[in-house]
Amino acid sequence: MNTSVKLCGVEFKNPVTTASGTFGSGMEYGEFVDLNRLGAVTTKGVASVAWPGNPTVRVTEVYGGMLNAIGLQNPGIDVFCQRDIPFLKQYDTKIIVNVCGKTVEEYLKVVERLASEPVDMLEINVSCPNVKEGAIAFGQDAKALENITSEIKKIAKQPVIMKLSPNVTRIADMAKAAQAGGADAISLINTITGMKIDINRRKFVLANKTGGMSGPAIKPVAVRMVYEASHAVDIPVIGMGGIQNAEDAIEFMMAGATMVAVGAANFMNPMATIEVVEGIEKWMQKNNVSDINEIIGCVE
Amino acid sequence: MKKYETGVITSIKEISAGIIDMSVKASMTSLCLPGQFVMIYPNDKSTLLPRPISICEIDKAKEELRFVFRIVGKGTAEFSTMKAGDTVRLLGPAGNGFPFDRAEGKNAVLIGGGIGVPPILELSKQVKAKKVSTLLGYRNNDLFLKDDFDKYSDVYIATEDGSVGTKGNVLDCLKSQDIPCDVIMACGPMPMLRAIKAFAEERGIEAYISLEERMACGVGACLGCVCKTTNKDHHSHVNNARVCTEGPVFEAREVEI
Repeated sequence: MNTSVKLCGVEFKNPVTTASGTFGSGMEYGEFVDLNRLGAVTTKGVASVAWPGNPTVRVTEVYGGMLNAIGLQNPGIDVFCQRDIPFLKQYDTKIIVNVCGKTVEEYLKVVERLASEPVDMLEINVSCPNVKEGAIAFGQDAKALENITSEIKKIAKQPVIMKLSPNVTRIADMAKAAQAGGADAISLINTITGMKIDINRRKFVLANKTGGMSGPAIKPVAVRMVYEASHAVDIPVIGMGGIQNAEDAIEFMMAGATMVAVGAANFMNPMATIEVVEGIEKWMQKNNVSDINEIIGCVE
Repeated sequence: MKKYETGVITSIKEISAGIIDMSVKASMTSLCLPGQFVMIYPNDKSTLLPRPISICEIDKAKEELRFVFRIVGKGTAEFSTMKAGDTVRLLGPAGNGFPFDRAEGKNAVLIGGGIGVPPILELSKQVKAKKVSTLLGYRNNDLFLKDDFDKYSDVYIATEDGSVGTKGNVLDCLKSQDIPCDVIMACGPMPMLRAIKAFAEERGIEAYISLEERMACGVGACLGCVCKTTNKDHHSHVNNARVCTEGPVFEAREVEI
């Protein structure tokens, strides 16, 4: 039985990674989760310098999911390279580093700094809905997305994944723009912009007013977008958005994803990643699927 | 070290209006310290995030944790309907707990306000000090858990309506009763903690306060539950410490609240 997948020349032992921002750099969940079992760990977004993030309240629950407006709090690339990469290198898993910035130059600084680091792929976050400048501005305009992708590709030493926002009119256009800019892969979806109001206090629940929605309630939207994006481009797709179990993961792969990421489900069940990995194996056995690659984009 | 496990509820009852007293058999009990909390997972699939519930008592012999919490939303409402024998998923112990060794040889004052009363109980059992005085603040004469405290230290009561003890808040009580105080350890609503921080700074005494914030993961990964700190935090170096990991107990001077 083969569970390994290949993405841009990198081989992953299985198609399961973590969604950026839900798993830190693996250190915290490493107490419960054997990181060696994961295809890859995708780290929390890192910028050229430390970012303090948004004021609290930063997280709140909604029906079937949650909203977050963390605002990409992170220690900056220097601390990340000294602390987080050596930590992850102890494990037999691939490392995908999520990169954020407010300007093109800031993204480039991080990408350049990572060129000499032992990381397997870069995921460029142009889709965070919770920071005022940069980030999502690049992810909601096809031309800007193509430009930043090509700037990053000029200097990146690792394959580049562009992480797309679902907060657009036509996801296929954004996927095409990333491909036109030279992206090696795309990942989607980031969170869907939402809002929650405390009707007793007549106030926004989140200090940021809006937040990104994640959790099982967004899964059908994500599956549809993964299907549309993967059919619009030739580059591989990493699918995510509400994956809680192996069945969800398989659904994304059938829609066209080569890999899948487990996000908010980590909060709801710290063993979610492992359960997805094991569940895929069980599903393959039960359904006589000898190679997981057979099911990628098989929906008809 | 934290554990993710399934615990079994051994007893559950409403001890006061909307206040639930629940004991759970769990192997993590031996690891727990006063002031730490446990993430408890609802079963209702529309209610996805675990709820951080403070530990009220730790019974290592019986391997049982006691939680006393207020019904405030869907998660705690679901927990309140559970029965003895039901299982519940738990992750913990989470957080740092009270640095109770800091009270050695000193006059310690433990303060609990409202639903901040329960975590002070285990602390009052384990703290070793020259003298321990416990101040409990309530709205009215509904003094839940008060009898449990009487076994372990001198207990003083403040009520907002003046029906029992000092009329006013716990600081009014502390000042009016002339209680010896070299170090404070407290849990309660934010206005109370702000007042304690100001009081401690004015008198130049140590105070350790337990903070509350909305959480998602409870293990330090999501960065949802931060509070402003005067020094660079351990994780992101941006003066935003994680309440679930570096906290929930902070030296009052270290946090901006």
